Amino acid sequence: MTATISVRGLEKSYEDRPVLRGVDFDVARGSIFALLGANGAGKTTVVKILATLLKADAGTAAVDRFDVATQAARVRASISLTGQFAAVDQTLTGRENLVLVARLRHLKGARPLADELLARFLLTDAADRRVATYSGGMRRRLDIAMSLIGDPPVIFLDEPTTGLDPQSRAEVWNSVRQLAGHGTTVLLTTQYLDEAEQLADQIAILHQGRIIAHGTLAELKELFPPAKVEYVEKQPSLEDIFLAITGS
Amino acid sequence: MTTTTYFFEDTTVLLGRSMRHITRSLDTILTVSVMPIALMLLFVYVFGGAIRTGTGHYVNYLLPGILLITITMGISYAAIRLFADMQSGIFERFQSLPIARSSVLWAHVLTSVVSNLISLVLVVLVAVAVGFRTGASGLAWLAVAGVLVLFTLALTWLAIIAGLSAKTADGAGAFSYPIIFLPFVSSAFVPTGTMPGPVRAFADHQPVTSIVNTIRELFARQPVSGSIWTALAWCAGLLVVAYVLAMVAYRRRVR
Repeated sequence: MTATISVRGLEKSYEDRPVLRGVDFDVARGSIFALLGANGAGKTTVVKILATLLKADAGTAAVDRFDVATQAARVRASISLTGQFAAVDQTLTGRENLVLVARLRHLKGARPLADELLARFLLTDAADRRVATYSGGMRRRLDIAMSLIGDPPVIFLDEPTTGLDPQSRAEVWNSVRQLAGHGTTVLLTTQYLDEAEQLADQIAILHQGRIIAHGTLAELKELFPPAKVEYVEKQPSLEDIFLAITGS
Repeated sequence: MTTTTYFFEDTTVLLGRSMRHITRSLDTILTVSVMPIALMLLFVYVFGGAIRTGTGHYVNYLLPGILLITITMGISYAAIRLFADMQSGIFERFQSLPIARSSVLWAHVLTSVVSNLISLVLVVLVAVAVGFRTGASGLAWLAVAGVLVLFTLALTWLAIIAGLSAKTADGAGAFSYPIIFLPFVSSAFVPTGTMPGPVRAFADHQPVTSIVNTIRELFARQPVSGSIWTALAWCAGLLVVAYVLAMVAYRRRVR
């Protein structure tokens, strides 16, 4: 197997609080891998270590064959990171944000590249408006567009849909599917099972600093308890009460 | 690896970015310039008449100190801007790109130098309007600018430490309050000779007095005394210490 991301025995503590207690996983080239876990499970810590923003206490990790500790600069040339909080520059316009990243990746033709991505992510009309005026969904689309500049072979998406409305969420999902279609390896973290279900080829569940389950959705479903049918008394909602009173 | 070769290119790109932040919210530069200008007018037209400096027009005596106050009030914005970048996550995005990593900090430092220079020019223009005159040569002006840039650089690296280690935006800016106070206990407004012993001892031996005296001598076309070496030593020493501590604070952020 050609693993684009390979993690072995990763450990990390903040002060005395252990966050990762030995994490192992592999991500195959061109696949979407979902790291599923509750808040505080350590998902962001894993991403930060892989993106060379944080040093692990123990264990090894390699991205695109480069070791994150000893070949950090080479890893950074292979990856791009979309953080949990859309890291876009609010004072700049959408176009300027894209041009900025293109220049920092030392690419030629930054402007046509920006135009192409603006069109692909349906942001052409808003291209010359300041990002501060964008909706949450537009901001996240711009954020993902910024990650695609220079076609890095590996993309990390840290909770790409947290805080988005259902429609924006669907838009982000479409963007992610397109990515994997182009052969990019995607590692995504999420706290939503349905998101992992929608997007991922492989799912790993991170709990209290360890991977407690790992496999395809079908494999994981065999581990789940069988679906149960329960009868629950349903309280009327405010809307029901309102409709009953007004008699409509 | 190639990242170091891109240092100047990356710094230029990032400097362009943060300068846009400044040109798009000019209030920063205005706020930074208005306070020292108001202070200058207050001292020239209200207190100045009662202050005996033994020189000609009081504004000629006052301007060097006002220039330093402009800088001490301006540097906190570097800390606030850096802190905002770290809060928003864009700092991490930059750090995950294949760039020369130190260019992110240098861009903030150079932005601070450029915006402080703009504020300083505004202050000098107002000073000329209220009667500041100097026969200083072009070379002397260049020396004044050089000392001011060095002072800004040193204090901005101090601001970078604050920006990197702050927990809140208010905390990021608060480090500058004691520094803003320094010119008031120096030769900036009045000769130190009138101050009581211990205060005078402090005033005579803190960096602002030597820098103020140097600039004053340059403007007055007097031969610069030893104060220029003391001033340069303070600035250079402060710059080196602040830079080293900023690097320590930076490494602590990227664990």
